[in-house]
Amino acid sequence: EKTKTSFFTKLSKAVAGKSRVDDDVLDNLEEVLVTSDVGVETTLKIIERIEKRVAEDKYMGTDELNQILREEIAGLLSETHTGEGTDFELPGDKKPYVIMVVGVNGVGKTTTIGKLAHQFKNKGFSVVLGAADTFRAAAIDQLQVWADRVEVPIVKQKMGSDPASVAFDTLSAAKSKNADVVLVDTAGRLHNKVNLMNELSKVKRVMQKVIPDAPHEVLLVLDGSTGQNAFEQARQFTKATEVSSLAVTKLDGTAKGGVVIGISDQFQIPVKYIGVGERVEDLQVFNKYEFVDSFFS
Amino acid sequence: MFDNLSEKLDKALHVLKGHGQITEINVAETTKEVRRALLDADVNFKIAKEFTNKVRDKALGQNVLTTLQPGQLMVKIVKDELTELMGGDAAGIDLSGNPSVILMSGLQGSGKTTFSGKLAHYLKTKKNKYPLLVACDVYRPAAIDQLHVVGDQIGVPVYSDKENSDPVSLAKAGIAHAKAQGQNVVIIDTAGRLAVDERMMTEISQIRDAVQPQETLFVVDAMTGQDAVNTAKAFNDVLNFDGVILTKLDGDTRGGAAISIRSVVNKPIKFIGTGEKMDALDVFHPDRMADRILGMGDVISLVERA
Ligand SMILES: Nc1nc2c(ncn2[C@@H]2O[C@H](COP(=O)(O)OP(=O)(O)OP(=O)(O)O)[C@@H](O)[C@H]2O)c(=O)[nH]1
Ligand SMILES: Nc1nc2c(ncn2[C@@H]2O[C@H](COP(=O)(O)OP(=O)(O)OP(=O)(O)O)[C@@H](O)[C@H]2O)c(=O)[nH]1
Ligand SMILES: [Mg+2]
Ligand SMILES: [Mg+2]
Repeated sequence: EKTKTSFFTKLSKAVAGKSRVDDDVLDNLEEVLVTSDVGVETTLKIIERIEKRVAEDKYMGTDELNQILREEIAGLLSETHTGEGTDFELPGDKKPYVIMVVGVNGVGKTTTIGKLAHQFKNKGFSVVLGAADTFRAAAIDQLQVWADRVEVPIVKQKMGSDPASVAFDTLSAAKSKNADVVLVDTAGRLHNKVNLMNELSKVKRVMQKVIPDAPHEVLLVLDGSTGQNAFEQARQFTKATEVSSLAVTKLDGTAKGGVVIGISDQFQIPVKYIGVGERVEDLQVFNKYEFVDSFFS
Repeated sequence: MFDNLSEKLDKALHVLKGHGQITEINVAETTKEVRRALLDADVNFKIAKEFTNKVRDKALGQNVLTTLQPGQLMVKIVKDELTELMGGDAAGIDLSGNPSVILMSGLQGSGKTTFSGKLAHYLKTKKNKYPLLVACDVYRPAAIDQLHVVGDQIGVPVYSDKENSDPVSLAKAGIAHAKAQGQNVVIIDTAGRLAVDERMMTEISQIRDAVQPQETLFVVDAMTGQDAVNTAKAFNDVLNFDGVILTKLDGDTRGGAAISIRSVVNKPIKFIGTGEKMDALDVFHPDRMADRILGMGDVISLVERA
């Protein structure tokens, strides 16, 4: 709060009589960031970073402010190497490379798995899906539809069976098939439900009976329209499963998904993918500059 | 983040207590913290601003100079305003039709299908109704199967037709089916859609026009952030819906979207979803929601301690 005042004062002084940048611009900036779900704390952090830049660069016009902003916000993301990938890739050294997909209810886990399977398959990788959401009504059927659509094999059991057992079967099958990548779907769960979070840790442990260093990646899916609660989601899922990458979905709507800036900064987890629709091709590799630009469009 | 809020309000209230009266300066300080709390709870930026301005004016306008505990008064003003903003007592649901038709709408993954099941279960067990679920989501993979599983779980029949890919005629056929079978409530589950998807928004308004529902409900995820206002407004512009369903409140979200939606469309929040199971439905209580958003439990105990 104190920094904010000093930022305003300094900036006003720095640009007094020299440009159009004034409190209005900054209020505006605050509004843009907060309404993009960046959150108050991260917004203040961004403003602070700009304050530093202004002091160093003797910044003047609003054009330059835009540029600085873009760089500084993207800077918060880049510390985690977010947005440095340009394609759907797999690190070559693990086979099969096991990705466990987690997240709260309805964010788009199953859909993202279908889309990812499609991308990996197009790259020539062999893919296996694991239907470890055995809880939600017709979750297995849903993943089956995606498996058929993308034409990749799926490992499943009956509804109500033990998700860890499905994961075990999936990894075993993938190993014997010599598959390149395994995508394991899990049931949506709210991060404040201790039993369900423990279940996730168990699924992970059981995977390691088949492949000792699996899962190689834990992908946390966040709904792009989620507000500040996404922070707690990232915190709790990381605690239970050591989340290593993020996907942000539903960015084809009007929501901006700005909360991932603070998350990626605070938890050092890179954002890898964005979902931009319900079709199989509606998944993109995250680009931080395009993302930041979308706040101001 | 929210512990932070209690701390800050604590500080701000101490200022008030020390001065023993509400002055313009410490009111500004307190309202600023309230505004921050609202933003952290995902209340829309503009609405949070308007709200705190109103609270500030009210606080300054009241003759509080003689009040012994201005902090408490301040908290009361905030809470009253918030509760009022979120509407009076829980609004019921119109079941006057024969059959009564209830149409679900909302974004992808908000909880429409689950809530359709919960509502059917509630009407069947608590209101002695005979509901029929109608599957009009022809897009999402296994959406129809999902509704059937839900229907089986609660012993409520489901109308679906996998040969028919037109949601409008499906909805009409569903109502005809209900009439033929003597079911007196029809709950129509629809596909999730984005407000910016014109084709899909046209589709749902066509369903609405075709079935003339007693209740059109907008189902929204309580974890929604700043976008809640845009979406609620856009759905309301197209559908002029009758009420709002707030889902996934069993999480730890503050649920500020409730205020945003309420202020922008002025429609009652009718039910809340508090879990994945079929009985996890509750009527909406504005005062409890106000408490939740502000973390008032904390704030009130804090004032009592002071
Ligand atoms: N518009 C849009 N819709 C999406 C996107 N990703 C997923 N969806 C939709 O969101 C809804 C929920 O997606 P799911 O993949 O079932 O989500 P989930 O996380 O697996 O849900 P649970 O398993 O129930 O927790 C579906 O209607 C999807 O079609 C996206 O990027 N854009
Ligand atoms: N914890 C919790 N989960 C819920 C609640 N309501 C729905 N869900 C879960 O949220 C996810 C999405 O619910 P659905 O009912 O499939 O949502 P939908 O709006 O029909 O989704 P689409 O048809 O894809 O648009 C599922 O995993 C549900 O179990 C709730 O109140 N609490
Ligand atoms: Mg799923
Ligand atoms: Mg549905």
